[in-house]
Amino acid sequence: MKESQSILLFIRLYIIIVFFFVFSPILASFVFSFNSDRFPSLPLGHFTLKWYEMIFDDPDVWDAFAVSIMVSITVGIISTFIGFCTAYTDFRYRFFGKNIYLALALLPPTIPLVIMGLAMLALLSRIGMSGEIHSIIVSHVVLCSPFAMAIVRMRLAQMDPQLEAAAWNLGASQWRAMSTIIFPFTFPAIISAFCLTMAVSFDEFAVAWFVSGLNKTVPVIILEILQGNVDPQINAIGTLVFIISITLVVIAQIIFMTKSTKSAHGFRI
Amino acid sequence: MSEPLVVFKDVIKRYGDFVAVRRMNLVIHPGEFIAIMGPSGCGKTTTLRMLAGLEQPSEGEIRISGKQMNEVSPSERDTPMVWQSLALFPFLNVLKNVEFGLKMRGTDSASRRQQSMEWLDRLGIAEFAERDVSLLSGGQRQRVALARALVTEPQVLLLDEPLSALDANLVIHMQGVLTRLQKELGITFVYVTHSQSEAFAMADRVVIMNEGAVLQVGSPQSVYRNPASRFVAEFVGTNNIISGTARSVKSNVVQLESNISTFKVSPSADQQIVEGSEYSFVISADQVSLSSEAETLENCIPCSLISEEFVGSVVTLFFEDESGTQFRVQKQQRDLDSLNLKIGETVWASWETRHAYLLPEDN
Repeated sequence: MKESQSILLFIRLYIIIVFFFVFSPILASFVFSFNSDRFPSLPLGHFTLKWYEMIFDDPDVWDAFAVSIMVSITVGIISTFIGFCTAYTDFRYRFFGKNIYLALALLPPTIPLVIMGLAMLALLSRIGMSGEIHSIIVSHVVLCSPFAMAIVRMRLAQMDPQLEAAAWNLGASQWRAMSTIIFPFTFPAIISAFCLTMAVSFDEFAVAWFVSGLNKTVPVIILEILQGNVDPQINAIGTLVFIISITLVVIAQIIFMTKSTKSAHGFRI
Repeated sequence: MSEPLVVFKDVIKRYGDFVAVRRMNLVIHPGEFIAIMGPSGCGKTTTLRMLAGLEQPSEGEIRISGKQMNEVSPSERDTPMVWQSLALFPFLNVLKNVEFGLKMRGTDSASRRQQSMEWLDRLGIAEFAERDVSLLSGGQRQRVALARALVTEPQVLLLDEPLSALDANLVIHMQGVLTRLQKELGITFVYVTHSQSEAFAMADRVVIMNEGAVLQVGSPQSVYRNPASRFVAEFVGTNNIISGTARSVKSNVVQLESNISTFKVSPSADQQIVEGSEYSFVISADQVSLSSEAETLENCIPCSLISEEFVGSVVTLFFEDESGTQFRVQKQQRDLDSLNLKIGETVWASWETRHAYLLPEDN
């Protein structure tokens, strides 16, 4: 008993330390965003909202937020659609070279982002598509679709493969079976994939920096402000970005986890 | 005989080099309960899937009610199926599951509901109409699957091992439900199973398949008593198969010399027996008598009891003779009490010549 208790203690301690290392920089940024001192140092100055006021007054930051939100929503929709189609193809069909197809479909996130950004810039500038909002969208769709595919694929793996055939058997056409069976079944995964790809796109810096041109996204503008001088504004922006992303990721997790695990144990979706 | 409902004509199904179904010819009549039976991979499920349109025959044709079905998509056929996994839609409640087929046909919601409720009522699960399918027991889910398939009142119902996931006593109960339903409705049931007891308990005719080929079609009794081949004899359960060399053929009785003893077998009229050739005969486990003394009966061998298997009131006894050949005997429990057999004890097993069935030569 003694031994198992000490193991338990060790595991708890370990988890606390991991969380501390992961979240302390974010927490620091959060704390300093309300600190009146210009330089992030201890002891803290007094509480202030002036850095937030500064970003609210900065039209560049507003523009960046507008671009980021526009891009991430569009990317979320397109990559979820592509991811769904890829996962469904994998679920439904057997064909020559399927493993290669799957490997290629999952490849983009494993490519170093700088390489990906460079390659995207090289391609897009050659075909006259760089420096626009749609350049960021195209690049981010490439990056995000595999995540959407993985999520939808996990959900489809939980589905009884006879379910779709059962719908055909009862008189549903292929499209009807898709809309009445496959779509409702994968719906939680679709929403979850949408949130997650949106979050990935919203946070992504390297590729966006290469291809964005004058249409800066939030991560790009953060680096620009930082390059100019040490400015506590970035703490404020960083906190906002973190809140947006973590909200999306948490929504994605909650929807996917509760819906799919519940249905696996046999509860209503 | 009435117009056939389903006709398989020279149907072959290949997957690449693998032949799943070899030249199948089968006629199914309206109102028939037909069971397709065989070990895993024998092509029985492929046959059923071809009937449902989920697979296309590589050669030959399938007709339903006289209409060629080869190119007809699954959704345009009237061949609902009860799936092995049941394949109930998990995000729909019981009523919505049952309504599905009617909804796809464009039946309006009021009559959809009414018809579905009638079927749920008929199968005794109307009280669960609004319940989630995942909250039902195995037997209840089974009934939902049946109601869902029958609600469109098809001419033929396909069943793919629907009882394989149920408890033994529930299987017996559902067999009763299915047979009664089939007789009441007069719908043709095509029932695929690997279980001999299920097939024999319910079907009017059984089709025995192995390695894609149909080996025998007939009533359960005829398949059980007169198996067409050694495989069928082995597959349909509690039979003893003994091989030997034909020695003398006299007045319709063949003396078959095996390594155990010499037995008498009477071939059927159309069997040509060649002396010196190898033959096998079948003696059902339930046709063997046991006695503690050597009897003057024909076909009598001494053997010792090695194990017993109880299935309720019926006991299967496993014997071994001197040569090590295993032998199965099936008895009622009460008949055994008088014998008072113990493991290792030697008794005399015997049977009447007319009960031994000479197998046709395997090609």
